[in-house]
Amino acid sequence: MSKSFKSKIFDPNQFERSPTGIQGLDEITNGGIPKNRPTLIYGSAGCGKTLFGVSFIVNGATQYNEPGVFLSFEENEEELSRNVASLKVDLPKLVQQKKIVIEHIHLDRSENHETGEYNLEGLFVRLGYAIDSIGAKRVVIDAIETLFSGFDNDYILRSELKRLIRWLKERKVTAIITSESSEDGELTRHGIEEYLSDCVVLLDHRVIRQISTRRIRVIKYRGSTHGTDEFPFLIDKDGISVLPITSLVLKHPGTTERVKTGIPELDIMLSGKGYTRSSSVMISGTAGTGKTSIAGAFAMETCRRGETCLYLSFEESPGQIVANMKSIGMNFDPWIKKGLLQINSTRPGFFGLEMHLLELYKQIKLHKPSTVIIDPLTSLFGQGDTLEIQSILTRMIDLLKMNKITAIFTSLISSKGEIQSEVGVASLIDTWIVVREVEDKLRRRSRGLYIVKSRGMSHSNQIHRLVLSDKGIRLLALEEDTELQLDPEPAKKTKKKSAKKN
Amino acid sequence: MKAKKKVITKKPTSKKVAKATKKKVNKVVKKEPMTELCLYIAGNTARSRVAFENLKSVCGKYLKGRYKIEVIDLLTNPRLAKEDQILAIPTLVRKLPLPIKKMIGDLSDSEKLLVGLNIKKLGSK
Repeated sequence: MSKSFKSKIFDPNQFERSPTGIQGLDEITNGGIPKNRPTLIYGSAGCGKTLFGVSFIVNGATQYNEPGVFLSFEENEEELSRNVASLKVDLPKLVQQKKIVIEHIHLDRSENHETGEYNLEGLFVRLGYAIDSIGAKRVVIDAIETLFSGFDNDYILRSELKRLIRWLKERKVTAIITSESSEDGELTRHGIEEYLSDCVVLLDHRVIRQISTRRIRVIKYRGSTHGTDEFPFLIDKDGISVLPITSLVLKHPGTTERVKTGIPELDIMLSGKGYTRSSSVMISGTAGTGKTSIAGAFAMETCRRGETCLYLSFEESPGQIVANMKSIGMNFDPWIKKGLLQINSTRPGFFGLEMHLLELYKQIKLHKPSTVIIDPLTSLFGQGDTLEIQSILTRMIDLLKMNKITAIFTSLISSKGEIQSEVGVASLIDTWIVVREVEDKLRRRSRGLYIVKSRGMSHSNQIHRLVLSDKGIRLLALEEDTELQLDPEPAKKTKKKSAKKN
Repeated sequence: MKAKKKVITKKPTSKKVAKATKKKVNKVVKKEPMTELCLYIAGNTARSRVAFENLKSVCGKYLKGRYKIEVIDLLTNPRLAKEDQILAIPTLVRKLPLPIKKMIGDLSDSEKLLVGLNIKKLGSK
């Protein structure tokens, strides 16, 4: 991602790496797992161990020209092929092309009457033969603990396991050995990590408040620095992707370029030029104050500039948004048709916060937008505690700034009249616009809009009346129905009028 | 080493049929059902020699003339490790009479070997 990664990859003092080809994993391990050495991946049932193994082998065969052997104690070739077919991986074809060998080992304790000393040379012979048959550089041994259910003699198994690890190193193959974790999830069930000392990766699948998140952590990587944090990962139709959020640093370049908001009066309030490009803008307000409409105006303006806008809605469906925007004179249809406006609706509770972030990451990669609208940010926050929210939001803003994307959040505040943002995100926001219900001298309730802060520019300190009509969004002086004298530059009035005609 | 190697291949003709993947040792067929055994080894190791000796002595004692032993060296036939699902070495497979039975280890526990082969002890006959 950044330059520092590359320099680390080519550091001669480090282990040589073997890239897994799994999005993000190679970044947190500075280039992949140790080459020609075995790596242990363990985790509880259903956390994606087998998929990691398969991805490693398939990516090796298809991207890095390294044939691989997949030794499975659990699933046979047919079952495996079927399981990964949904990820658009054609295993049988790769097997046919002699890029992959799948070895299924059938173990049945009832078949194994032990009548004395033995070893597992048969396993070695099989593996060796499979490796030689295609010149494999990668080996995955899936669910090694199955061995312990197939044989009685623990002592023999342990010494054979040790020998297997040594043998794999001698064969100079990059190996992944997967194993189930113990009840508490801290160690493997049979203490297999004792034998694998180079690289140990833990996969975790936990459910907090009914929402499940998969996480990955590199526990050990001998002779190398690595991210020791937990990283969320996602299994979807494209396979596995790990999001190395913490690799992001505060390095985003500053810019002074200003862009229009789409509401001429609001531009005037922001010293006449609008907001700063790739900054973060928050529009907060009580229910029904027009936050979404303002965000819609921002979206229209982005598209009018010929840039792509990604609109993530957590409350309304795309159709609903389009229809509602039409009622205030904003037609999204042409921009959607042109592909400039992408509206995605998801339920906030559909997955955890980490996953939302990961989803955002993927969407950004896919659409490369210049503006991302998250509407509303606050509905995401039903999901986690304050600490988590704060960290996610920081990372979200970092992610957007790194990609030079303008972030526009809407935020619902409780109607008690506090303008304190719910989660103390104020310090992360560059431009903060608040809309709230106000009462004027004539005792009319109306929407009052003002700017709490806007970094790097002078801005109006007045409260203006926000008017939503079928002609669009207008800002008027609070006290009068007549057109407002906008400060600081009344001269802009002509411009505003022309906007009105639009 | 060399002397011992003979032990495994001592049975008539086996050494000559180097090309054949399986070395067969035929004994006289009697009216009692024939027992067909297959011993999987990986190279000529001390343990495989022990296993073969143990097997021979038990068969000689209880199945006189009614058994066949086939010794398969996985190092020369690595393919068979997959086909016959062999993991542990040595493994003894009783192919006949059915059902197929698998025993692992050097067969030094002759009690278990007899149970595995379904052979009644001499005394109980």
